[in-house]
Amino acid sequence: MAEKRKKKLGIKQRYSMLTRGLGWDTTYQDMDKVFPYDNYEGIIIHDWEGWEDPFRLTMDAYWKFQSEKEKKLYAVIDSFAQNNGHLGITDARYVNALKLFLTGVSPLEYQAARGFTHVGRQFRGVGPRVACQMQAIDELRHVQTQIHSMSHYNKYFDGLHSAPHMHDRVWYLSVPKSFFDDARTAGPFEFLTSISFAFEYVLTNLLFVPFMSGAAFNGDMATVTFGFSAQSDEARHMTLGLEVIKFMLEQDERNIPIVQRWMDKWFWRGTRMLALVAMMMDYMLPKRVMSWREAWDIYFTEAGGALFADLARYGIKPPKYADIATKEAEHISHQAWHIFYNYTHAAAFHTWVPGKEELDWLSEKYPTTFDKYYRPRLEYLDKEEKAGRRFYNDTLPMLCQVCQIPMGFTDMDDPTTISFEVSEYNGDKYHTCSLGCKDIFDYEPAKYVQAWLPVHQIYQGNCGGAEVPDVLKWYNFNLGADNLEYNGSPDQKLWDEWQAHRKKA
Amino acid sequence: MSRVVSITLQNNDDARPIIEAIEKDNPEATVNIYPGMVKIDCEGRLIIKQETVEELLGREWDVQELHLSIISMGGNVDEEDDYFELSWNL
Ligand SMILES: [Fe+2]
Ligand SMILES: [Fe+2]
Ligand SMILES: [Zn+2]
Repeated sequence: MAEKRKKKLGIKQRYSMLTRGLGWDTTYQDMDKVFPYDNYEGIIIHDWEGWEDPFRLTMDAYWKFQSEKEKKLYAVIDSFAQNNGHLGITDARYVNALKLFLTGVSPLEYQAARGFTHVGRQFRGVGPRVACQMQAIDELRHVQTQIHSMSHYNKYFDGLHSAPHMHDRVWYLSVPKSFFDDARTAGPFEFLTSISFAFEYVLTNLLFVPFMSGAAFNGDMATVTFGFSAQSDEARHMTLGLEVIKFMLEQDERNIPIVQRWMDKWFWRGTRMLALVAMMMDYMLPKRVMSWREAWDIYFTEAGGALFADLARYGIKPPKYADIATKEAEHISHQAWHIFYNYTHAAAFHTWVPGKEELDWLSEKYPTTFDKYYRPRLEYLDKEEKAGRRFYNDTLPMLCQVCQIPMGFTDMDDPTTISFEVSEYNGDKYHTCSLGCKDIFDYEPAKYVQAWLPVHQIYQGNCGGAEVPDVLKWYNFNLGADNLEYNGSPDQKLWDEWQAHRKKA
Repeated sequence: MSRVVSITLQNNDDARPIIEAIEKDNPEATVNIYPGMVKIDCEGRLIIKQETVEELLGREWDVQELHLSIISMGGNVDEEDDYFELSWNL
């Protein structure tokens, strides 16, 4: 066994021949003209050979492992559909998390494929170029497998029929969409800092790992399988994120402040977007694995703490406002759910007041905040709904100019006061939801004044018409089915019928 | 300050010998079991040795087969022909 291995090249040599060995410096054209984007951001690179590839995956091994992953995944998807796997989930309310995932997250996989295809051409170093090209293919695989897996649910449940169309138009989906638009319109180094480092290394664990584990807990075999299959690529993506940071920091100390500013910015943008995931975990999984707060403690406070301690030797500090984000972990899921409860008539998924046992679970997980601020409100809304007065908010909310979230989050030290900031640019006022978003706006106002804010667009008449139903038709919603309260929805009716059949059988 | 490195693997047949090998070679490691997955934490560093996995598996095992089972990780990666290591600079 040992002898057979000795004949082959070692992993390092093999990798170096099949990546750098295939690159060359251009001679007919100036390298700066061939790679015009990799130095305008101010990042100084002295030696591209200084790039260390953490996973030394060559293209032949890449295809071999990826095809094995696909074979396994499609065997599961196929048997899930064949065996009516949707009947095995804990409760139909769970499917609403999938609706949010398919419309909000899966299109980001496609955006990632586009972004990595672009930067996979633009770096003059061969190491990062190959890593980005592989990742571009991974991300395409992620969006495809997610659409395939969830297409089975689309046969039975509402709100899953038009994800890309909705992603480009719907108010809450502009939150994840604008995050990626912002990243893809930045330079290649900022793109990698935003997506590979801040999103994939620091925050993606919070998105995928507890959520997929939650899917396993709720009997959703299809989602667990695509989720973990995607995550197996993610480990590679995470190392790319950490490597690009170390590479920039090691190359020149003038890179340090640029990298720090990008980290601050993208950490904040990322935590804002994860408010959607926080609410999925605390409110949308009928059987819960861990609270958002617990996930935050494990994946940001502990894992992020170790990471930033490691980066301290380069002079890098933990992201600005990390302390505020940690305070938010107590509140954000409840506040986000409340926003959607208000506006579920304009959303392509249902909301509801959690049942008593679920409220008790939240009380236990959030002992200092839930009973004080959020439980009484939910119990009030529940009473109203049962009395036939389900509350819907009929005015449109103001959106943050940067993260595009409705300005419903509070000051974290005073959860009864709405937080907002104001900036001026060219004589106009612009509102942001937080100091984090204000900093981002103030550094690049010319970029963010161009934001396509869904509420502004509705008021300007660019979204199908003047009345809410016109707008929802423009979103391609099936009114009365996709939107509104869960209780009384067609989803619920169908699910209850299935359960009744099961009892009879 | 925490210096914990971490690896998360699927809780399935392919990953089980890898999990066992990690427990064997990293006696300080803590194994956390969640639905569908196993998260293993260890202070400072954590190693996966090809030799140990092969012994448990009873066949040749390419360290890169790890790509089929891994879900997430934290730490600097060092990947070689005969081991995979995660560490923070202490
Ligand atoms: Fe992805
Ligand atoms: Fe990724
Ligand atoms: Zn904001």
